[in-house]
Amino acid sequence: MDAIARETAPATARDVIAIRKLSKTYGGTGGGVTALSEIDCTVADGEFLSIVGPSGCGKSTLLKILAGLLPASGGEALLNGSPITGARKDIGVVFQSPVLFPWRSVLGNVLLPVDVQQLGRDRMTARAMDLLKLVGLDGFEHRYPWELSGGMQQRVALVRALIHDPALLLMDEPFGALDAMTREQMNVELQRIWMERRKTVVFITHSTSEAVFLGDRVMVMTPRPGRIGDLFAVDLPRPRPLDVMTTEKFGVYVRRIRKSLNAGGGLE
Amino acid sequence: MIGGPKNFALRLLLIAVFLAVWEAIVRVFEIPLFILPTPSNVFTALYRGIASSLYVDHVWITVTETLLGFVLGTSLAFMLGTVIALSRPVEYFLYPFVVMFQAMPKVALAPLIIVWFGLGLTSKVVNAALVAFFPLMVNTIVGLRSAEEDKVNLMKSLAATRTQIFWMLQLPNAMPYIFAGLEIAMIFALIGAIVAEFVGAQAGLGMLIQSMNFTMDVAGQFSVLLLLSLIGLGLNWIVIAVRRRVLFWDASQKFDADAAKKEAI
Ligand SMILES: Nc1ncnc2c1ncn2[C@@H]1O[C@H](COP(=O)(O)OP(=O)(O)O)[C@@H](O)[C@H]1O
Ligand SMILES: [Mg+2]
Repeated sequence: MDAIARETAPATARDVIAIRKLSKTYGGTGGGVTALSEIDCTVADGEFLSIVGPSGCGKSTLLKILAGLLPASGGEALLNGSPITGARKDIGVVFQSPVLFPWRSVLGNVLLPVDVQQLGRDRMTARAMDLLKLVGLDGFEHRYPWELSGGMQQRVALVRALIHDPALLLMDEPFGALDAMTREQMNVELQRIWMERRKTVVFITHSTSEAVFLGDRVMVMTPRPGRIGDLFAVDLPRPRPLDVMTTEKFGVYVRRIRKSLNAGGGLE
Repeated sequence: MIGGPKNFALRLLLIAVFLAVWEAIVRVFEIPLFILPTPSNVFTALYRGIASSLYVDHVWITVTETLLGFVLGTSLAFMLGTVIALSRPVEYFLYPFVVMFQAMPKVALAPLIIVWFGLGLTSKVVNAALVAFFPLMVNTIVGLRSAEEDKVNLMKSLAATRTQIFWMLQLPNAMPYIFAGLEIAMIFALIGAIVAEFVGAQAGLGMLIQSMNFTMDVAGQFSVLLLLSLIGLGLNWIVIAVRRRVLFWDASQKFDADAAKKEAI
């Protein structure tokens, strides 16, 4: 459980993501905002990487670059060995808000990637129903988003991100808007789904305990400009039950990460 | 809580009292008929007009002009609005025309339209279309551009094409704006048709008001005005009925529906 220096993490063939000297400056040449400064990191196949950092440190920027929504200003980000130049079909993204289309039913929203990528509704509807069942939403497929609670809406968003079976799941503070209890429940569910489906996950949060609870590793980001601080490997057996949070070992991880965030001027 | 059968009865009573007071004032002060007719005069005129089928033909003509103008104006407005919303260059070059035209009171063009398109149906349809055009074009542009950034990002993250983003996100997202525009456009089309009939026509309710004005048939004019409000209400109701079906998912619409439900209780 030592902090791993970032230089000691060489890119290997099994890395789904390899980021080298990645920089992002908003506002073009001169006088722009530097959101990311020379970031290096890798994410292994099937790994669950948590990223914590205070708001404004460039977490969303990093995620948008990985999703192909934003071009980088310098350095490179590789997905399965090839540079990310634009949006890709094999990525699932979950945002902080559910971003559901109110004119589509729950099933319709889940099938949005299927419609966009023309994967065939006939073939995929059964899979959609299975996934909805997996998150406890069976029976809700013909409801509309406004009929669901915030937690249920975010579960729909999660299923939508999984429907086209992407190799990589990018999540930007997906449970940040939920109340504490719903959030913990979602954490348990996400862990279960991840253990069942073994996706590579990049999970952004500003909750230290959420990062430790879910992550194989926790990456700390520091603000102004966004840099990578320490990396922590979380050595807790899975599946982790909720009361792992009350254990001594869990507490130690959380304290170390907090300390690292404070050192970076992170926590207010 | 407002609504309920008791209050509804009160509403009817209020209307009855209003009409009675009107009738009484005209009779007591002996106001001449060509200044202000009594409600009973108005209803008699309305009855005669309908019974002699005189009004029916004119209503039919005005409604036809309005609906044709509405369809023509809103289809063109939707197409031009879409092109402008999707293409910055088109917007840039068309913008001066749009602003000039938008600032102009369109009904002031009616005399010219009559000169260009004659005294018949065509000039009324063109004028109605012209007046109905802008509310829908503006709302189409605003609506198509109102898609939230997160939703656009979601579509992009799925590698959606621009065409897909238009059909799956921008257009459905714009529907509340488009229907708000259609509601205004429908009433504007009626105004456009009537104004064109004022300026020069052989038939229609606007022409009827004009000719009644010459013969100082004020009760007749009131009865036509009453008919025009009923037509306006009817046309508006058509748009709202379609909107209810299409926009079942819209939050503001749901609010309306809930309010209507409460009122019905
Ligand atoms: N579109 C943008 N234009 C200019 N500056 C931006 C933009 N998006 C983000 N920023 C700036 O970049 C920095 C990082 O933002 P962001 O990646 O959203 O941080 P986080 O997600 O960690 O809160 C912030 O200082 C923010 O103000
Ligand atoms: Mg963010």
